[in-house]
Amino acid sequence: MSDYAIETVGLNFNFGNQTIVRDLSLQVPKGSIYGFLGPNGAGKTTTIKLLLNLLRSPADQVFIFGKEINLNRIACLKKMGALVEQPAIYGHLTGKENLINRCMLLGIPRIKANEMLELVGLTEAANKKSAKYSLGMKQRLGIALALVSDPELLLLDEPTNGLDPNGIIEIRNLMIELSTKHHKTILVSSHLLAEIERTATHVGIINKGRLLFQGTISELHLLSKPMLEIEVNQSNQAAEFLSKAGFENVSHTDKTITLPFISSKHSGEINTLLIENGFTVSSLYQQRKDLENLFLDITQQN
Amino acid sequence: MRSLFISLVSEFYKSKKTLAFWAAILLPVIICGLISFGFYSGSEKVLALHYPPLLLWLRYIGAALGVMGVLILPFYVIFMAFSVNNIEHKNDTWKTLFAQPLNKFSIYTAKYLYAVVLIFICLLLFGGLTLAFGHLLQILIPKYSFNQYDPSFLLSKFYFKLFLSSLGILSIQFTLSLVWGDFLKPMGVGFIGTIMGIITGNVGWKYAYLIPYSHPSLVLNSSTAAKKLSNPADFEIFTQEIYTSLIYAGVLFVLGYFIVTRKSIK
Repeated sequence: MSDYAIETVGLNFNFGNQTIVRDLSLQVPKGSIYGFLGPNGAGKTTTIKLLLNLLRSPADQVFIFGKEINLNRIACLKKMGALVEQPAIYGHLTGKENLINRCMLLGIPRIKANEMLELVGLTEAANKKSAKYSLGMKQRLGIALALVSDPELLLLDEPTNGLDPNGIIEIRNLMIELSTKHHKTILVSSHLLAEIERTATHVGIINKGRLLFQGTISELHLLSKPMLEIEVNQSNQAAEFLSKAGFENVSHTDKTITLPFISSKHSGEINTLLIENGFTVSSLYQQRKDLENLFLDITQQN
Repeated sequence: MRSLFISLVSEFYKSKKTLAFWAAILLPVIICGLISFGFYSGSEKVLALHYPPLLLWLRYIGAALGVMGVLILPFYVIFMAFSVNNIEHKNDTWKTLFAQPLNKFSIYTAKYLYAVVLIFICLLLFGGLTLAFGHLLQILIPKYSFNQYDPSFLLSKFYFKLFLSSLGILSIQFTLSLVWGDFLKPMGVGFIGTIMGIITGNVGWKYAYLIPYSHPSLVLNSSTAAKKLSNPADFEIFTQEIYTSLIYAGVLFVLGYFIVTRKSIK
């Protein structure tokens, strides 16, 4: 039995001549919250559609819980719940009716609809036409619809799109609860790293259809090399002086100079050197590049 | 089979609040009601014509069939085929529907079958209500002779043939509504088709049977011709236009599946 809820092996997909997904090898461990990151148009939604067999993948490239999707479409889909792009809701039906309709399709007792409404906090709006729901409520109903079959794997495509900060926090907490209490595997796509940095255990970064990074959040942190930032007067001259003294990769702004952090002792030596040469150092600290910038670096470089 | 059944039940559930569903019930109730009201309020004029029971029934049935068959049936089919698919277009739910653990072909077939069932219900009600209201008229105006002839076999045959003749139009409109999410395009094509169908059907053009929109008119014309015979129920069901209608239905049903599977992924 595979340890991965989702595994793609060198997945390729084209729309006509245009390659949307190139040699993508996703590995989503069971029980993880996998942040699937990439700028708009990177191929995230296409990948999710491939995972749902809405688009047909080449043979032996997509495996859900170890099963090849094209050969086991129904068995795979039974284990999955999904929210793709906008939540797909019948506007003329109430929230509860939307859920009952899904229960019918999945052969689940209708009573489950109430349970789901409670889980996503829509019990009070159960009998309101869903076309009249706010964006956040629609999104929550969409998640309830994805969860109704109690799937082991949940695919959420930009679930916080268009939500206000409260809505974003609610969805974030719901994901954490689903993962920790209900042991679901969640793949959540986003174009903002900050948004899922706090929830994801694993991250995959995709750009132009290629997977640029895949690993745990801590592995992603390790990628960001620490820098030494020094606030100094005459930063221009100070930077020039350090470069001449043999230090590499020195950059500067009006007030600060930045260079790779090596060790505390090394930082102290730089401090002494600057002071001895007539510069006034007002502060000196180690700076780790935040993930948001790292994400931008990774996606822009490729 | 299970996929097909639960998809069909879901189609009924989804559309229970839509006009397409209610029109299948309201159209026969309103039209049969109006015609019966006409026969009730104008009973003296009708009685003055001294129709024998069979002709009385034929006049009464013909009033509903004429309005229904030529104009309302094609337009209802056009509107209903649009509405059944528009539920998914409007809410962008095609992809969710196809991401369910159900056989894709069953999901599509259920949708098509649902449209067929709606037409069937509509025409069944037309036939049933014509019969029921006829007997009601007899109770209200005992001088009528509705009770002296039993038209149920004739009615079933007429409406069954009309039902078969509508399947060609349904399939064209169903396919058009799959391709286009908006109302105007399929409606426009359907409108022109219906006008063409009425004209070609009525002038008796040799190749009118090739245009599905003319099939209801052709069926009505053939049944009008049958009226002249001593036994009006003596007409063939499976005529050239019915075969054509069924062939159109079969071919377009298969074509529709390929369209919908490609469309749902966008």
